[in-house]
Amino acid sequence: MKENIILRIITKLLIPLIILFALYVQFHGDYSPGGGFQAGVIFSAAFILYTLVFGVDMAQKVVPEQALRVIASLGVLIYAGTGIDALIMGGEFLNYSKLSTDAVTGQHLGIILVELGVGMTVSSIMLLIFFTFANRGRLEGEDHD
Amino acid sequence: MIDLIIDMVLLVFLIAMAITILRISGMLAMAMLFGLYSLLMAGLFMVMDAPDVAFTEAAVGSGISTVLMLVTLSLTKSRYEKTISKFQWRPLVIVISTGAALIYGIHDMALFGDPQAPVHQHVANHYIAWAQEETGVPNMVTAVLASYRGFDTLGEVVVIFTAGIGVMLLLGRPRKRAREKDENAA
Repeated sequence: MKENIILRIITKLLIPLIILFALYVQFHGDYSPGGGFQAGVIFSAAFILYTLVFGVDMAQKVVPEQALRVIASLGVLIYAGTGIDALIMGGEFLNYSKLSTDAVTGQHLGIILVELGVGMTVSSIMLLIFFTFANRGRLEGEDHD
Repeated sequence: MIDLIIDMVLLVFLIAMAITILRISGMLAMAMLFGLYSLLMAGLFMVMDAPDVAFTEAAVGSGISTVLMLVTLSLTKSRYEKTISKFQWRPLVIVISTGAALIYGIHDMALFGDPQAPVHQHVANHYIAWAQEETGVPNMVTAVLASYRGFDTLGEVVVIFTAGIGVMLLLGRPRKRAREKDENAA
């Protein structure tokens, strides 16, 4: 796709805005609509757009699959870890009130941590699924050559 | 009044979209129309004051799943749906009876936004009264999803994680074999 200069320039302009919006949805999710899941999907959409225009090889240089696998697992770990932390602090599993000395602060902290975990897992899993599909296409293409 | 007009326009477009998807046979156009269908649904959710759901529908329904559908189409050889010209009455009977049962079921559904509906009598009142005070989070949807229903959301995240692992196991390129193949080719 070397010739589509308009497409490439517009994509480069759009991607930072999409990522910025995803971060806004993620970290402003407790005040405005949105949360980890929506933010994760929007975040991965930015990279999918990049892949569609610049190709899988370029995209995987930016976000290596290995890193995505680690981030995906880390997201689940953060979520479950927040629950375990509440257990250790003397509450029930995922009872965020015990995370801090003040119950409301603990709740707020817990929600932010949990949403971060959701966002990490969702965005990297969406990208991984997309990359797996795209790579398969390339693999079959090689077979035909 | 303006809500009603927007609702009407969106619903008419939804029906038009559904009929078009039924009538066309080009898979590519079908995938794009499904994306548009989701976008219209997102608009409807927005009119119903559910921006969180609208967000998800717009991003997942018309974004990610359309892209995945297109990638899948590019992997398969066929570009057109196989149409069966012979009239088949059995599917028609099943579809009509299911549709009739669903429409009959609508009678028992609570009116949209009815405060006396059973679903608003259980825990919703507690959330509305206490969510902000108990969690310090003004967006009630986030408070319910992440705190009150935190266990469910953990389950959802694990489901997504498992789905990703499943796709990678089934469709991912097995490294060892691929490398051997590369060596053989060289």
